[in-house]
Amino acid sequence: MSQILIYTILTLCLLGVVAAVVLFFVAKKFHVYEDPRIDDVEAMLPLANCGGCGYPGCRGLADALVKQDDISSLYCPVGGTDTMKRVADYLGKSAPEKEPQVAEVRCGGACDKRPRISDYDGAPSCAVENSLYSGETGCNYGCLGKGDCVVVCNFDAIAVNPATGLPEVDAEKCTACGACVKACPRTIIELRKKGPKNRRVYVSCVNRDKGAVSRKLCTVSCIACGKCAKICPFEAITVENNLAYIDPCKCRLCRKCVPECPTSAIEEVNFPPKKEAPAGGDKGGDGVAVKVREQTAPKATSKTDGIPVGPVGGEAGDKAVQQA
Amino acid sequence: MEKKLIVAPSPHVHDSYTTTTLMRDVLVALVPALAVATVIYGIQVLVVTAVSVAACVVFEYVIQRFMLGGRPTVGDLSAVVTGVLLAFNLPVSIPLWLVVLGALVAIGVGKMTFGGLGRNPFNPALVGRVFLLLSFPVAMTTFPAPEGIDAMSGATPLAFLKEAVKNGQPLSELMPEISYGNLLYGLHGGSLGEIAALALILGFGYMLLRRVITWHIPVAVLGSMAAFAAILWGVNPDTYADPLFHILTGGALLGAIFMATDYATSPMSKNGMIAYGAGIGIITILIRTWGAYPEGISFAILIMNAVVPLINKYMRPRRFGQPAKQ
Amino acid sequence: MLRTFRKGGVHPHDNKLSREAAIEVFPLPETVVIPLSQHIGAPAAVQVAKGDKVKAGQLIASAAGFVSANIHSSVSGTVVSVDNVADAGNIRRPAVTIKVEGDEWEDGIDRTGGFRKADPSLDGAEIVKRIAAAGIVGMGGATFPTQVKLSVPPGKKAEYLVINGVECEPYLTADHRVMLEMGEELLEGIRLLAKALGVTKSYIGIENNKPDAINHLTVLASGDPAIEVVPLKVKYPQGGEKQLIAAVTGREVPSGGLPLDVGVVVQNVGTAVAVYEAVVKNKPLVERIVTVTGKGLGKPSNLKVRVGTPVSSLIAYCGGLPGSAGKVIGGGPMMGRAMSNPDSPVTKGTSGILIMDGAEAVRRAPEACIKCAKCVEVCPMGLEPYILYKLGVRNLFPEMEEYYAPDCIECGSCSFTCPASLPLLDYIRLGKGEVMKIIRARKS
Repeated sequence: MSQILIYTILTLCLLGVVAAVVLFFVAKKFHVYEDPRIDDVEAMLPLANCGGCGYPGCRGLADALVKQDDISSLYCPVGGTDTMKRVADYLGKSAPEKEPQVAEVRCGGACDKRPRISDYDGAPSCAVENSLYSGETGCNYGCLGKGDCVVVCNFDAIAVNPATGLPEVDAEKCTACGACVKACPRTIIELRKKGPKNRRVYVSCVNRDKGAVSRKLCTVSCIACGKCAKICPFEAITVENNLAYIDPCKCRLCRKCVPECPTSAIEEVNFPPKKEAPAGGDKGGDGVAVKVREQTAPKATSKTDGIPVGPVGGEAGDKAVQQA
Repeated sequence: MEKKLIVAPSPHVHDSYTTTTLMRDVLVALVPALAVATVIYGIQVLVVTAVSVAACVVFEYVIQRFMLGGRPTVGDLSAVVTGVLLAFNLPVSIPLWLVVLGALVAIGVGKMTFGGLGRNPFNPALVGRVFLLLSFPVAMTTFPAPEGIDAMSGATPLAFLKEAVKNGQPLSELMPEISYGNLLYGLHGGSLGEIAALALILGFGYMLLRRVITWHIPVAVLGSMAAFAAILWGVNPDTYADPLFHILTGGALLGAIFMATDYATSPMSKNGMIAYGAGIGIITILIRTWGAYPEGISFAILIMNAVVPLINKYMRPRRFGQPAKQ
Repeated sequence: MLRTFRKGGVHPHDNKLSREAAIEVFPLPETVVIPLSQHIGAPAAVQVAKGDKVKAGQLIASAAGFVSANIHSSVSGTVVSVDNVADAGNIRRPAVTIKVEGDEWEDGIDRTGGFRKADPSLDGAEIVKRIAAAGIVGMGGATFPTQVKLSVPPGKKAEYLVINGVECEPYLTADHRVMLEMGEELLEGIRLLAKALGVTKSYIGIENNKPDAINHLTVLASGDPAIEVVPLKVKYPQGGEKQLIAAVTGREVPSGGLPLDVGVVVQNVGTAVAVYEAVVKNKPLVERIVTVTGKGLGKPSNLKVRVGTPVSSLIAYCGGLPGSAGKVIGGGPMMGRAMSNPDSPVTKGTSGILIMDGAEAVRRAPEACIKCAKCVEVCPMGLEPYILYKLGVRNLFPEMEEYYAPDCIECGSCSFTCPASLPLLDYIRLGKGEVMKIIRARKS
């Protein structure tokens, strides 16, 4: 009995030694030198592997950061300027600076603003629906609400609000990685400067139809009347292709354009509520000239308890299909 | 126009099949074999089957509802099919608690662990059966003699033959004792669903007619079994049984028609199906002839189940207009 | 043994409700909307302005590029606007709106009834020229400009002309009625097409569920050895170009190739009749036969309709939209497009209008894939729809290319047959588009 035990132990030990020797030489022979700084830089990055930088995962960016002499074109939107500064200090290179950004959904066509004229019964995907027709409303440009942006978000920062049928971005969680911007088949989502105290003013519409047409489709569409562009003291607003656009670099957040818009298509975010309504500015179709959207307002809490969203990889995806 | 129209991508019509109707057709195809077994072994057949089905359905529901989450899918009848097939693979004399245990392994381990319907790599009913066979060999291989028939009691024809070969008895002396008619009608020992060859073939015909399955897998399994057995038989008819015997005995027909054709665990392309079926047939004969067990189709199917992902990867269907060389 | 294509295919119920309904001439509408893009390729360049008076048959937009087609006014009247108009899917696209005044036709168009033989002195180039001038496009629904298909590139040679009289889409009967009622014109059109291509043998492929059309054309063509009617076994999608070629000639168009790679050109029967009218009667493509059908519809019909007529007026003519209606489909149930705007116009490619009942129109809820392999079995292109679907759902488009997504002909057999009711084609189509984009980007 004890003999068997001894032999067993000896054999195993011998095997272990032989394997160790073989592995040692193999490791020497096939050793690949990798700059150890890549590991260090990778550790400094957020490790979300979102691809927002344009590289396949954080290691790809770390590799590029270490190997490229000029890193001004590289930027981690998730980590932001702080992270980039730390990385640059560590590598002894100059840090690229970018203002923090946030994804903004430029469509205000909630259920009550945009009448539904058909029922979509296909696969729960904006991309599929977009390739088929204008969507459930007549608007060729507006949000389809099937949540392709929600599916691709790695940070749980965007959810479709069942009350409005529109996705809402949680600015706290949004890292401006740009995944939703790429996923939206109608390029409704734009990365915009977060702004001082998170205050922003933007045109919440991307409809490029003529005003007479878009007005019929949606009560809060931009009709390209040009009033905002005229009143803007900083020439921050341009009207092109029947659509007004506020340049975030030029906008000084004076908000003169907001009450001027006849369809209330211009949104202001995170401003304190005004004490009194400005005189003469109230031309909005719904009687509210100043709309204040608070980021803390109740909203759909997560991906799963909203309306059915588009499928994603793995189990969750198949389930989403099943539920839809 | 005020009416809200429905819009969806084409096609706008759908075939009448659903998962549920397919499963229902499989159940219908199993009815003749069940009926024959009931006639031969008595009412206990129905009891075993009912317990197995009930256990499978309950386990699937409970696991889906409380462990996996999501909408329970027992309504699609796939658990019922698994239950019936598991019962078909058990001897009629089996204690009922073993049936329940088998169902737990079949559904719990064989199916739901992998995410439920369509995701299981191995045939759940066979996982249950093999688990029972390995854990409770005596209960699983004690077959009562069919009522009123003086057949080889206590053993299946395959076991009977294997024993004889082991003892050096030449088969040419034994074969005349075996009536092919009895094999065809189910008058021999075996698991309750595998004995009635004719009834199983009837079920095969029904499934072909309803286009539940195609002929490829069953024909490949039985064809390769027959071919391999014929070669051996040609070499030495005293140690190796003839092809017809192999096809009519044991779980060959049940396995080829109902177990190997399980959707989730069989290949997708036609040439893949034929390779898969041929593999099952050859492994079955190998086990029957040289293995420790008298019957090997369950193992053969499970082994080939494991190869299915590879078959799907390398035996793709031929594309229309595919260049000759690739 | 009837011929058919070998791989895949399904058998949807054919529901040819309007089989017996003779072609009726649909009355002139009050206004027509003529889209500038009724064909595959570049939209035509508009030639009229608001306020212009136009006559029926007058050129109002000319082909803009090699793959493009002329567009003619289908009515006489005044141009009300040249602007974006919502199409069937409510997407606004450029179109000419004309208010109908009388029915005055452009000079030189022979509107007398009765069959006339073509002038035998016409040569191939002249025929192609007239076809291009008449703005003829593939009328089976693909709307590919016909003159492009007839221009055989150097190095290739057409051996056979195959005429598509299959009409494998359920419900549709427009081509069936054309074969029955315009047989002489059809055969003359085929002869013209054959001459343009320089081929000596033409086949007319007709599925066996139209025995009257097969008999009629066989008798008519009995004196002409150059034209042969080929009865085919009923199987969807036999009307697909590649499937039809395989069924009739046994040749397989290579993956990614064109019919000309195997020496065949396919044209629809409606196109052949339009070619006859253009070449012999100098009449541009301004009207077509449209099947208006559906189980709930009062009077399923085959109508001869001017291009630009609102679909809703056709439905009203055939008994009105039933209360239970859920879907209005432009085309057949397998490949047609559901409309959200039934006031959109009939175009050159509108082969049918199908009204589907609400309950019938709604898809079943998708379940889990059970890997039944039915989609693989029915795919006429030998693809693996279940894998393509999974990749499409996950937006893995480069991988979809490895599984040959661009080979998909979007016939819908996979979605039709899927027992789990998965939207297979929805995602395959999406992926096909994305893969084509990837391929184009790689080429440039």
